Amino acid sequence: MSDVVEKTLTALPSLLSLDSQPGSTKLSSTSKLGTLIRGITELTSKHEEEKLIQRELVSIKEQVSSPNTSMRQMKELMVRAIYCEMLGYEASFSYIHAIKLAQQGTALEKRVGYLAVSLFLNESHELLLLLVNTVLKDLQSTNLIEVCMALTVVSQMFPKDMIPAILPLVEEKLNHPKEIIRRKAVLALYKFYLIAPNQVQHIHNKFRKALCDKDPGVMTASLHIYLQMIEENPEGYKDLAASFVTILKQVVGGKLPMDFNYHSVPAPWLQIQLLRILSLLGKNDPSTSEIMYEVLDESLRRAEINHNITYAILYECVKCIYTIDPKSDLLEKAAKCIGNFVLSPKINLKYLGLKALTYVVQQDPKLALQHQMTIIECLDHPDLIIKRETLEILFRITNAQNVTVIVDKMLEFLRINKDDYTTIDLVGKVAELAEKYAPDNEWFIETMSTVFSVGGDLMQPDIPNSFLKLLSEGFDSVEEDRKLRLFAVDSYVSLLQGEPGKLPQRFLQVISWVLGEYSFLREELEAATVLRLLAKLLDMKNTSSETKSWVLMAMTKLCERGAGVSVAQEVSETYSSSLDTVLRQRAQELQHLSRHSELRARVLPRDAGLEPLEVDSSLSFLDGFVSEALAAGAAPYKPPHQRQEELAQAKALSLEPYGLSLPISMSSCSIADRQSPTLLSISSGLSGESPDLSHKGGSSTLKLDGVKRLWGREGYLAQREPVEESARVEVPSPLRSPSQQGEADSSHSQTPIPTPEPEQEKQQLASSLFVGLSSQSSVCLMGKSEPTPQRFRRKAKSPGSSSSASEKTSNSLVSTPSTVDNLMCNNLLDSNITSELVVSSLEQTSQLSQGLAAANGTCDAELTDSDVKGSSPSLCGDNAVAAADPAPHEDPCKDLLLTSHLPAELSGLSHSEITPLCSNQSLDLSASHVQKEDSLVLVVFIYNSSDSDIQQILLELDSEEIEVSCVCDSAVQEASSHSVAVCQYSLTVKTPSVHVEVVGTVSYQFPAGTPQSLQFSYKLPLTCFIRPLTVSTEEYGTMWLDFSHDTKQNLTLISDGQEPLAATLNVLKKKLQLHVVEIIGMEGIVACRLLQDQPCLMHCRLNAGTLAVWLRSPVPALPDCLMYHCQRALQEH
Amino acid sequence: MMRFLLLFSRQGKLRLQKWFTPMTEREKKKITRDMTTMVLSRQPRSCNFLHWKDLKIIYKRYASLYFCLAIDNQENELIALEVIQRYVELLDKYFGNVCELDIIFNFEKAYFILDEFLIGGEIQETSKQMVNRSIEASDMLQETMEEYMSKPAF
Repeated sequence: MSDVVEKTLTALPSLLSLDSQPGSTKLSSTSKLGTLIRGITELTSKHEEEKLIQRELVSIKEQVSSPNTSMRQMKELMVRAIYCEMLGYEASFSYIHAIKLAQQGTALEKRVGYLAVSLFLNESHELLLLLVNTVLKDLQSTNLIEVCMALTVVSQMFPKDMIPAILPLVEEKLNHPKEIIRRKAVLALYKFYLIAPNQVQHIHNKFRKALCDKDPGVMTASLHIYLQMIEENPEGYKDLAASFVTILKQVVGGKLPMDFNYHSVPAPWLQIQLLRILSLLGKNDPSTSEIMYEVLDESLRRAEINHNITYAILYECVKCIYTIDPKSDLLEKAAKCIGNFVLSPKINLKYLGLKALTYVVQQDPKLALQHQMTIIECLDHPDLIIKRETLEILFRITNAQNVTVIVDKMLEFLRINKDDYTTIDLVGKVAELAEKYAPDNEWFIETMSTVFSVGGDLMQPDIPNSFLKLLSEGFDSVEEDRKLRLFAVDSYVSLLQGEPGKLPQRFLQVISWVLGEYSFLREELEAATVLRLLAKLLDMKNTSSETKSWVLMAMTKLCERGAGVSVAQEVSETYSSSLDTVLRQRAQELQHLSRHSELRARVLPRDAGLEPLEVDSSLSFLDGFVSEALAAGAAPYKPPHQRQEELAQAKALSLEPYGLSLPISMSSCSIADRQSPTLLSISSGLSGESPDLSHKGGSSTLKLDGVKRLWGREGYLAQREPVEESARVEVPSPLRSPSQQGEADSSHSQTPIPTPEPEQEKQQLASSLFVGLSSQSSVCLMGKSEPTPQRFRRKAKSPGSSSSASEKTSNSLVSTPSTVDNLMCNNLLDSNITSELVVSSLEQTSQLSQGLAAANGTCDAELTDSDVKGSSPSLCGDNAVAAADPAPHEDPCKDLLLTSHLPAELSGLSHSEITPLCSNQSLDLSASHVQKEDSLVLVVFIYNSSDSDIQQILLELDSEEIEVSCVCDSAVQEASSHSVAVCQYSLTVKTPSVHVEVVGTVSYQFPAGTPQSLQFSYKLPLTCFIRPLTVSTEEYGTMWLDFSHDTKQNLTLISDGQEPLAATLNVLKKKLQLHVVEIIGMEGIVACRLLQDQPCLMHCRLNAGTLAVWLRSPVPALPDCLMYHCQRALQEH
Repeated sequence: MMRFLLLFSRQGKLRLQKWFTPMTEREKKKITRDMTTMVLSRQPRSCNFLHWKDLKIIYKRYASLYFCLAIDNQENELIALEVIQRYVELLDKYFGNVCELDIIFNFEKAYFILDEFLIGGEIQETSKQMVNRSIEASDMLQETMEEYMSKPAF
């Protein structure tokens, strides 16, 4: 510190005296700012500084508010105020004066005024509104400097709501003769596009004009907007690809004025911007990629000067080449380029090389193999940043064989890492790998224990959640489940016997849950022992009350006999008077349940984690209470956002046709960066976890989702394959002999030559790290469909407890392709094998299905039949019904037969699949529903399969949610032998729910026999009752305000081809029969009604890559149910 | 897109701060504190790139002054390093052999130069000559206002 101060002080006189320096402004020794700064430099303590600044602020305040202060003085005062703010002292009194200075000063003073405003205020500051007029005036000024200043401040910050006021003026500036004005205007529009995209929607053609501007600077500025727009919707700008390529060609060819060179590289910023745009446009698009190859090649070739800036361009180029549709010779060059980065002695380049490797390693595992020694070196690099990036590569090449080594390395890093954000990220990745590739139970539990202790209370809550879920749901083998749980119990008991005080709260919660649930598995372990261990946790002073309630719940499960009860009683007595209401509640539960063992057994049955819970999300059991309260004069409940809205409406005029814009973050829009793959797999309903999905959540650095496995069938690897392959077959471990390695790395001069001791260690590490990469591909060649068996494969969730044959079949049909998917990524499979594998596994799939079908005694054709039906979108809800039914296999010809029995007036309309309801030796009941425009008709087919006629068939239908009325004249039917009787019912929804169910009884009697009856149930999705509602936008607006029940959620967007919003709404329209009222820019309004005429309105808005949906209706529960169906419809798409 | 640019001394004294996205005072203070501790604790000759939350921090030391630039995750680190370099070159050209004191005593000038170079977190003008020309044009207002008014400087 002192030497710098000294230097500063000695430098001062000379600095102050120099006036003649070019460009340097005079700094008079009497300048107030100079005095202030020098004053501060001389001080020794923070306290003195504070006193000095406070004095200074008082004096500034006095002067700015004095009417005699000239604008010139004001300018000087503002500079001082800025300085004080930079030191961290608030000078908010000067804000208004800064605005005044911008308003009233002459150009030079104005400049300081604008600067002060841009430093003091931010977009949302209310004082900013006062600036609007000044900006308006300056935009119209004839003085170019003033126009420039106004545009500068506008593109830094401007109140969103006031954009319309100045937009025409800014637009006008796009035609200004001076390029600097045009450029600033474009940048201002870019800013507007970022903060309020719909405000500038109508001037997209002006953006095009800016793109074609004769000045390269203006064109460059317009690329910011294009990059943004193309990122959001690459499909919309494919036509521009050729233009971008031409521009890049010109830039690379040095056609721009010298002014744009940077260290003799032509316009590097522009080049990088263009490369980023091209990679967006070329992604998954062979024909667009085709036109880029030449210029990319040229870029790689031209970038030869050894300067940072050329490396920056090269890096972007490599990324582009690996993102767009692959071309073998380009890939080869790019791979060589990555090699140059990785092997560079410059640490920044090495870092980028590692990043590039991370990016490409899934497509090109060979690169990781090629650089394995560098990767090993980087793993022990003293710079944590390099280490961290190396782990990222390893994370992506993890497989069942190297998982232990890689996870070890990650945990090692976690122990020395201090940055919370990294910890959170890495802990998630370890948990993901552990769950996916765990070699055995012990390792899994131990690794997770380390994760819990290291990740502590920082980690995402879904890690412990999904761990517990995994434990409770179990896997394919009951015995394995038992062993895993038992091991968990053992290891946690020993942890608690050690020093539980050191364990993080989350871990303690996990421990208590596991012990509460599974400690009975260890028979020699007495419940009382566990209870005492748990009770010890309660006594520790740093145990949080949340943990305490977990502990109490665990104790409640354990206190069944003898000694345990007394411990429980003691504990519950202590806590039943706790101030924390939750704790008190738990303690009371413990107290009561420990006394009454029969009650306890009923409330908390042992090992009942799998029992499905019925959750009444509409809280209907509280209806009575609510109506009582209402009757007693209570105000009806309004959800918080509605209350807020009303408040806002009361305060200010709402300019939008209805309501406020949606809040950006909602619970469903990525609760966290990290989503566990299992969570995803559950939501998508598939059993296999595709790595594409899992990386989506896990990676914070590179977005690889959606990146096609470009590594095409004729990729360059194919040509080199024979050599490599033979090497691999001979030496299955990647520990290759130096000569072979040299061969592989022939392009790089720095082949590490093995030196005796430490080198050997590294080689060993390498062989353990990269083990899966080379040997696996040969395994795959042999055609095994699953070389990396996933240990913890979740059970497929079945809707009901019954597991019918057809369900298994359909599950395997779904899961087999996804396993294939899995393989292709996990193994980092070589290109030439991919196709074979796909073919072979497809064959397997069909064999499998044939096998299963044969085992079920059904024919092939029928299987495909049901398969097709399953995939048809209109039947989305019915699948579950069919699967839950005991005997869903229906003879197709009988199906046809029944169809022909549909009443004539219904035969033209689309009807659902005919679902069997119930049957016995004499009767076969099936049903189907037909959607009419104004009603829903349920048709029940009664097929008499016996040889005698049946009379007096009485069909009674009932439902809680639906009103059922009989359409046919009499409910009593008769059916002669081997014929079909048909009943029709019209259904209307009473109370909406996601699925509605009709329960029915059929009673009948043979001429000579006793009366018999059969029971059945039929489930329909709510969507059958939804019809489009045609309204105009105005009507919609008024209706919107009237409705009181609503719900909001973020849904996934569908972006195939056209506009994502339009595409998504189209899917919803098609699947759910909604009416799209209007699409206005990024927002869409949709209306529908629930039969007969209960409206429901939907407002959606594009929001950060998701669709923010807001549903409103006068009917309670309807928005929630519809939201569910929207979500499903989009998921299934 | 760039998020913020901070200039601070080896003692952790803030010399210049530019926030390209709206932030509260508290966030600003927290970030400034985080950045100074993070960057100042780096060993010499280590990597110029850091991670901070979901942002990438690019820093470079020039004599006693640290330049610290935060960019979005998908941005190019190397080019960000060159952004810093170019800014230093611009300061150098304007002040003539720039040193920390120039920036301390003329920080408003440093801001003006920055505003001509970067706008709203994006590069506005990469040409050294152009930036200086516009700065000088504005500076000249002081002396020759009348003369200037009669013929536009651009």
